[in-house]
Parts: sequence; C-alpha cells; structure tokens
Amino acid sequence: MLAARVIERNVLAYRRLWVAFLTGFAEPVFYLFSLGLGVGALVHSVTTDAGTTVEYATFVAPALLASSAMNGAIFDSTYNVFFKLRYARTYEAMLATPIGPRDLALGEIAWSLIRGAMYSAAFLAVAVAIGAVDSWWGLLALPAAVFIALAFSAVGMFATTFMRSFLDFDFITLAIQPMFLFSATFFPLGTYPDALRLLVQATPLYHGVALERGLMLGEVGWGLLGHVAYLAILGMIGAVGVSRRLARLLLS
Amino acid sequence: MSDVLVRARGLTKRFGDFIAVDGIDVEVRPGEAFGFLGPNGAGKSSTMKMIGCVSPVTSGELQVFGMDPATHGPAIRARLGVCPQEDMLDGELTVEENLWIYGRYFGLSRREARARAQGLLEFAQLTDRRSDRVEPLSGGMKRRLTIARALISEPDLLLLDEPTTGLDPQARHVLWDKLFRLKQQGVTLIVTTHYMDEAEQLCDRLVVMDGGRIAAQGSPRELIERHCSREVLELRLDPVVSATGTTGAARGVELLGEAFGERLGERVEVLPDRVLVYTDDGEAALEAAHARGVRPISSLVRRASLEDVFLTLTGRTLVD
Ligand SMILES: Nc1ncnc2c1ncn2[C@@H]1O[C@H](COP(=O)(O)OP(=O)(O)OP(=O)(O)O)[C@@H](O)[C@H]1O
Ligand SMILES: [Mg+2]
Repeated sequence: MLAARVIERNVLAYRRLWVAFLTGFAEPVFYLFSLGLGVGALVHSVTTDAGTTVEYATFVAPALLASSAMNGAIFDSTYNVFFKLRYARTYEAMLATPIGPRDLALGEIAWSLIRGAMYSAAFLAVAVAIGAVDSWWGLLALPAAVFIALAFSAVGMFATTFMRSFLDFDFITLAIQPMFLFSATFFPLGTYPDALRLLVQATPLYHGVALERGLMLGEVGWGLLGHVAYLAILGMIGAVGVSRRLARLLLS
Repeated sequence: MSDVLVRARGLTKRFGDFIAVDGIDVEVRPGEAFGFLGPNGAGKSSTMKMIGCVSPVTSGELQVFGMDPATHGPAIRARLGVCPQEDMLDGELTVEENLWIYGRYFGLSRREARARAQGLLEFAQLTDRRSDRVEPLSGGMKRRLTIARALISEPDLLLLDEPTTGLDPQARHVLWDKLFRLKQQGVTLIVTTHYMDEAEQLCDRLVVMDGGRIAAQGSPRELIERHCSREVLELRLDPVVSATGTTGAARGVELLGEAFGERLGERVEVLPDRVLVYTDDGEAALEAAHARGVRPISSLVRRASLEDVFLTLTGRTLVD
C-alpha cells in the first residue's frame, strides 16, 4: 500500500515539529475551559434540540471536539499540502517513484485524519476528566471525529489544489470561521431563525457537531447515521477530486 | 524482454498550442548509454519526463520496458531511477532521510533502505552531512544527493537530466566512474547534457535535438565524421581594431570569408568570442588566413569534437 509510504514520510518530517501538535491540541482545550467553565458559570444549563437539559460545558464539549477534528484536518490538508505542492515540489519528486496521484491523495488525507484523530483523542480525554461527557456512547466520539476529519481534509485539500498563493487561504478562513461559530456549536439549532437553520444544516461542521453531541450526550438514534453518511460521502467526493486535481497539476 | 528498452514512434508533446517534442523516433537498447543533446528548449526534458511516466504523451507511440506509460506508469517507474533537471529534494527531511524514504517509496524494507542509503551517502560524499537538512547544502552537494537518490532502487534504467550541471570536476569524474560501473552491471542509461565531453565520454549513441525534432543521431564518432570536418581552426579576433596589429573582428570575418569562400570543404562559423574554421587541414587553413592578412590574437588547431557537430546542427550564425 503506497499511500502508507506517504504517511511514513510525514511522520518523518513531523518528528521534529511536535510543537505544531501541541498547539493543535491546546486550542480546543482552551476553548473548553473558557467557554465550558467560564461561560458555563453564567449559563447554567442548555436545553438541547432533543429536549434534554444539560450543563453548558457538557453541551459545548462535543462541538469543540468536532471543531478540533476539523481544525487539525484543515491545517494539514491546506497549508502543508499547498507548500509541498507549489513550493517544495515534494509531490513531483514522489511521483517519479511507483507512487501515483491516488496514493498521494489517499496518503495525505489519511495523514490529516491521523492528526485530526490525535487532537480529538486528547481533547476527549480532557473532556472526560472534567466530567463533560455524560454517556458511554461518548466512546464512539473518537471514530466519529475521524469522519469529521475525513470530510474536512478531503474538501480542504481539494480546495487547496485551486489556490494560487498563500493569500488565497483567506478564503478558507472565511469558510471556517463562520462555520465554527454558527454550526449549532455554541447554541442549539432551535435558536436560529428558520431560514438560517437550513443553511446551518447544510454545513459539514453542523453534521459533525450533531453527531458528536448525539454520542456524547447519549441522545442516540438512527439519525446519527445520516450525519456519518453526509461526512463520509463528502470525504469520498473530496478524495476523488484531490486525486484528479493532483494528476492534472503534477502530470502535465 | 525485447531487444528494445525504450521505443518511441512519432512521439509528440504539446503544451497548449506549443509543440515541445515534435514526432521523434527513438530506440534505446538494453545496456547502452543513450544521450540527448540539444540547445535550451530543444525538448530534452520533455522527452525525459514522458519516458519517466510523469508527463502524458500527447500523440505518437511510446513503450518503456515494452509497456505503455499511460496504463503501466507505476510498473515502469518501479524499474526507473530518475535524476530530474531540478533537484526537488525533500526540504523537510535530512540528507539521509531523503535517501531512505525514497527507497521506501520504491517498496524497500526499512533495513534495506537504510543499508543502501549508507552506501549512497559515501558515493555522494555526504556521509558527514547525513543529519543536516537539505537546504543549507551547496548546489553541487544537492545535485550529488539527487543522483544518489535516483540510485537507491537499483534501477534497470537510469534517466539523468543534465546530471553534472553544477558539479565540480572531481565530482563529475566520480559520477562518470559510477555510471561506467553501472553500465557494466547492465544498467541502461539515458542522459541529457550540454557538456560535449560528457556526451563523448559516456554515450554509445546519441541524438541531437533541436526545436523538438531530431537533427541527427549516431555514435559520437559517427556524428563527428558525418557532420564535421576532421579538424577545426579556432581564431580569437580582437573585438576592436587595435594598435598592436591584430585584425578587428568584423574585418577578420570578412577576410576569412574571402579566404575560404571559394574553397570546398571549409566552413566558417562566427561565435561571439571566436571564429571557427572547419577544415580537413587546420595548419593549411591557418596559413591561408595569414596570407589573407588575418592577424588573430590567438589561434588553435584541434580535432573536431561533438561540440562542433552540435554547433553545426543547431545552427548558430553561419558565414560562407
Ligand atoms: N509544463 C510546460 N508548460 C508549457 N511549456 C513547457 C512546459 N514544459 C516545457 N515547456 C516548453 O517546452 C519546450 C521544451 O522544454 P524542455 O524543458 O523539454 O527543453 P530542454 O531541451 O530540456 O531545455 P534545457 O536545456 O533548457 O533544459 C520549451 O520551450 C519549454 O518552454
Ligand atoms: Mg531540460
């Protein structure tokens, strides 16, 4: 499996960059403390869309977990891939070996998945430790985070193949920021006006948040599989797109 | 295995409307060293990339190891070693890791990759820099590392695109020596170069490309015999008419034209820094030039080389 060699290369390159891992992990934890505990002191409880009432920290923790998976995946699949694609020409050198564009796409997406999952695992441990996870279903929060990372790394990487310069990354921020704030992350979907609600429900992070929240609060139903399907399909489409774009860009 | 390792028929590469490689026919046989010569933009690298299965063929036929790059790219590349014109080393890894991971891309076991990397570090004379990042290496060191990297998979066919550009003479000889030995082991070499001595030393057969086409092909000796005179008279003329009695360049060329214009078998080629007279008897040509009143700064009679073939075929300014 040649995609594994792509991952191996990244492990080698990142062994010296463990600080990047630390920040990727620390950010959502800081949010958890500031929002969950800080804001939670003011807003004692929240009624979820499923109708149960929970503490604010418990409500917001799944959303932050989803966001950490998203951020971890996006960071690696955009900036780092762009650098290797346009500046370092790392991929060009790799394509002179039996590795092909599809292996590259799979390997890079898998690598961002791994990073996303590592951040999520660390975050989940902290959330459990401060008692923000109510249900044993919460154990599935980690595999769920992998689907979130899949969707975002594949789509993020696909978008990256169209970027001309680092300035274009503002578009990614432009997409990520509002999604982070308004995907029913910090308040339930029910509080949004009807028109906005449909828009929110169209975003991938919303599905990630809803999935994580269902699992970590134990509000489990078949509907959760719908979120998984959304994320998985988005991930597959993105992956196929990435592999085509890489072939187009690199094999000219 | 057939008797032809690389077979191209009407091989064409187009970038938009621009034709970089214009229907070339090439056959490379197992175990030979094959060269592509040509001026900048001739289409050498474009051809190499198609053979290396990293650039799709626009039209025509191409087979490498009897396989079609369009359908068997990975299988072909598994048996190739490629030293591209630009180094493209992995700047996020150390020197040793660059070699090692490349072996892994080819499916070598960790142990095997490590062992081969050791040997190649020595070959590239980079053992003491093994733990350094690639970026601070000198240009020649990077080049050596790129060549070493191409060898890690012990390829059957080695594609070297201007391998010695940027190498000092010593490193160049180390490389030539290595290439000779690889050839003795049965490795097939395809080399592009601008260095004529390199082509004469290394290549059994070569093609001269110009404007995407093949201008000539054969062994170095054949090409010289076919496209050149036996000897070359080189004259260095003064750019300005000076007081010391040398002939000014413009006047010199005129006189040479008169001297050799009417005689068959001699051709005068004017380069920015000197004038070449292709002749079968250099000393006689020099005397004839003197008789006409040409007073060069310096003159030299030498055997014709591949460089002269190259100049003849790729058409620099020609004066009759
Ligand atoms: N990716 C590309 N897109 C557009 N044009 C290209 C591309 N690659 C090469 N060309 C053009 O094709 C022509 C042949 O280029 P190529 O690199 O094959 O020349 P070369 O013989 O290797 O020259 P050099 O000695 O300078 O390396 C050039 O005019 C070049 O501009
Ligand atoms: Mg070239």
